[in-house]
Amino acid sequence: MDIKSPFNKFGQKVLLALCLSLIGTSVLATDLSHYLRPSEIPQPDNNRMTPERIELGKMLFFDPRLSGSNWISCATCHNPGLGWSDGLPTAIGHGQKILRRSTPTILNTAYQPLQLWDGRARSLEKQALGPIEDEGEMAQRLHKSEDRSHGLIDELNALKGYRDAFETAYPGEGITKKTIAKALSSFERTIVSTDAPFDRWIKGDKKAMSKSALRGFTLFEGKANCAKCHSNFNFTDNGFHNIGLEDATDAGRYAIRKVKILIGAFKTPTLRDIALTAPYMHNGAYTTLEEVIEHYNVGGISKENISPNIKKLNLSNSEKSDLVVFLKSLTGKPSPITYPMLPVE
Amino acid sequence: MKQKYLFNIMFIGLTMIFTTTAFSEEYVIDQHNKSFQLGGKKIEAITIKAGDTIRFKNEDPFFHNIFSLSDLKTFDLGSFPKGQSKTVTFDKAGLAEVECAIHPEMYMEVSVQ
Repeated sequence: MDIKSPFNKFGQKVLLALCLSLIGTSVLATDLSHYLRPSEIPQPDNNRMTPERIELGKMLFFDPRLSGSNWISCATCHNPGLGWSDGLPTAIGHGQKILRRSTPTILNTAYQPLQLWDGRARSLEKQALGPIEDEGEMAQRLHKSEDRSHGLIDELNALKGYRDAFETAYPGEGITKKTIAKALSSFERTIVSTDAPFDRWIKGDKKAMSKSALRGFTLFEGKANCAKCHSNFNFTDNGFHNIGLEDATDAGRYAIRKVKILIGAFKTPTLRDIALTAPYMHNGAYTTLEEVIEHYNVGGISKENISPNIKKLNLSNSEKSDLVVFLKSLTGKPSPITYPMLPVE
Repeated sequence: MKQKYLFNIMFIGLTMIFTTTAFSEEYVIDQHNKSFQLGGKKIEAITIKAGDTIRFKNEDPFFHNIFSLSDLKTFDLGSFPKGQSKTVTFDKAGLAEVECAIHPEMYMEVSVQ
């Protein structure tokens, strides 16, 4: 599988330079090359992506037997048909338990140095087993335990289809916590955004964005202050901010790093495919992008420990509308995905 | 005799203050492009002497919040915008890990000798 981006970095820059020189709008007067797609998908040296590893990871991702109930797969919450999320305000886990945080999309997680809303996992490999073992989420045991006669690794080892797939993907390494995490991560790294109207526009297609969307982009970078945090290709600074949501019960990043500014702070989510990933915010507080814009327009609801980036914006109704149109221009046509056949023996 | 003793104590004290002031240095570490930089170059580690000071200066157009939870030196400089700076004096030998709370990819080690 070719894991290189189809867009050559040099070619992108040339096109962007042409775009900048030919179109003299105020929006294009600045250097926008930081919005270009990186030339390669980041991947660690000890888990380079191969077709075999990706295919194995895909099987595991869609296999409900990864959960203690044999009923919840990774794809149950990270549903490709719903923007790799679940369309719910907050996730539903093992035993139909409603969890306190929303399911983040896994689109473009390959580009994120820290995973999960509070950033507690420093790589996809370190994140992959977390939900599987979490009592509230998939409630699985990796090894046999007092309450289970056999664990996930035993279950996978019992299936020739999985034994062969692991041996092909990770020769001689066997079915272990490490190889399960590596395979899942390999598949997740393939889940990347496709070109959205914004990408086509930034590469020179002047018709790709409407005038309203262009006005929205100018606001996004200026008056509305969005780009302070939603920056670069993935529209995130990979940072943590308290944005003034009413949610006194969740400490957020502060549980990981005891620094005052992190009380109630959560990772800046990507805005890629934003039209597909409602509801929004770590607690699913808003169901529409209009509500999100209004939240920022009033400078947040709760002022307790709020980020200094959040201020009243005084946006007009048409400005709010333009911002929403721009945000929707960050949504591409999702790549079709085929459901894998899962080993039964 | 007593006066001479006091004079000697004062002399030693002043000498110690003078030498500490004379030899302690201030390093300016910029926060630029979400990285720690010294003299325009990204750094991930710096070696200083006990008594030296680091001035953390924000050169990015957004807030940073520099902190350390290390045993050697625990501090939280709070969030501050572009153009502002805050200082930390490292008075004991050891190793301190310094990060930005907002942007955790910003990380550096301060080795104090």
